[in-house]
Amino acid sequence: MQQTRSVEIGTGLFIFLGLAAVFFLSTRATGLSSQLDANAYEVTGRFDNVGSLKERAPVSMSGVTIGRVTSVEFDPKRLDAIVRFKIDSKYSEIPDDSDASILTSGLLGSQYIGLQAGGSDTYLKQGSELQFTQSALVLEQMISKYLFSGGTKKSE
Amino acid sequence: MIRDLYYSLIGFLRTFGALQFFFLRLLAGSPSILVNRFSLVVQQIFNTGALSLVIIMVSGFFVGGVLGLQGYDSLVKFNAADSVGAVAALSLVKELGPVVTALLFAGRAGTALSSEIGLMKATDQLSAMEMMAINPINRVLVPRFLGGVISMPMLAAVFSMVGLLGAYVVSVVLLGVDFGAFWEQMQVNVEPGDIREGIIKSIVFGIIASLLAVWEGYHAVPTAEGVGRATTRSVVKTAIAVLIFDFMITAIFLNS
Repeated sequence: MQQTRSVEIGTGLFIFLGLAAVFFLSTRATGLSSQLDANAYEVTGRFDNVGSLKERAPVSMSGVTIGRVTSVEFDPKRLDAIVRFKIDSKYSEIPDDSDASILTSGLLGSQYIGLQAGGSDTYLKQGSELQFTQSALVLEQMISKYLFSGGTKKSE
Repeated sequence: MIRDLYYSLIGFLRTFGALQFFFLRLLAGSPSILVNRFSLVVQQIFNTGALSLVIIMVSGFFVGGVLGLQGYDSLVKFNAADSVGAVAALSLVKELGPVVTALLFAGRAGTALSSEIGLMKATDQLSAMEMMAINPINRVLVPRFLGGVISMPMLAAVFSMVGLLGAYVVSVVLLGVDFGAFWEQMQVNVEPGDIREGIIKSIVFGIIASLLAVWEGYHAVPTAEGVGRATTRSVVKTAIAVLIFDFMITAIFLNS
């Protein structure tokens, strides 16, 4: 009797530890815990080039993450990319003429959307579309531009 | 020569086919054992799972620590030492956690299962059960199989968790990677699908390791030497099968 009891306690502890480990991995190690609240509002922006922006990339303002990208799609009619992202409902007073640009964290880091506040009195709300967007800087294009301009300078 | 090859090939196919039938018999016996004799399964979860925790946790900690060291050493050349958390987490959750746990599980629990069942066979305990109209497959093999299948995913998750702790201790505490960057890079790069892949792998490996251990024990030659051989074979076959299946599951997940 005593032995089966300790076996059962040991097994219970073991299963508990296993489930705790699964819970730890799925909350702490993934970005699940940084989910937005249910009242987050969705804003869209059109970009000529989104670079390697992906879903779940952070949306930040003054360096603080205030939301996440929910989808990146290509619009076959207007031939540009539509980026939808959600902003936490507690940041509800962002001017609607704010400027969105796709930035890179570090030289080889992942890309994110940076918002630059505008001066308008009306605020972004569910479904609004950003008017001012700036494409991602593609490293290859920058390099070729630099090489090209360097070449023309020499020939002048 | 060719005839020998032919017979060994036929023998292999026959064993392989018999293994499938054996697996189906275990599955067929599982529901009634799970419902009516769950205490037997609990006992086996304790034997294979809870008693393997020490080796799993110690190995996990040091595997994670090595990942931290190697990852830091390689990444610091690219000025990306902050990503060491992501590298450690992805390799632990997707690959090393399930695979190393399965290999340790085969060594720690699989051998115990094979030799226990083999010895029961050698000492005619299984025949005695049949004499008493008790089905030895349901009474002895099924609980051990189920215990292994339930324990393996738990052990793999514990391994990954402790491994992350080891990587954290080495890279953050010893090598001075930023605390926030370690977790942030991990959370940005690890997706729920990665965790799912790890869990699926550990379930499949649990089935493979338990099935082969029980199979080898049950089909051991009932002598002292035969039991020893069966134990060795169960480890060798499990190791090979786990690595092959690991490759296949990874390929499937990469393509989907």
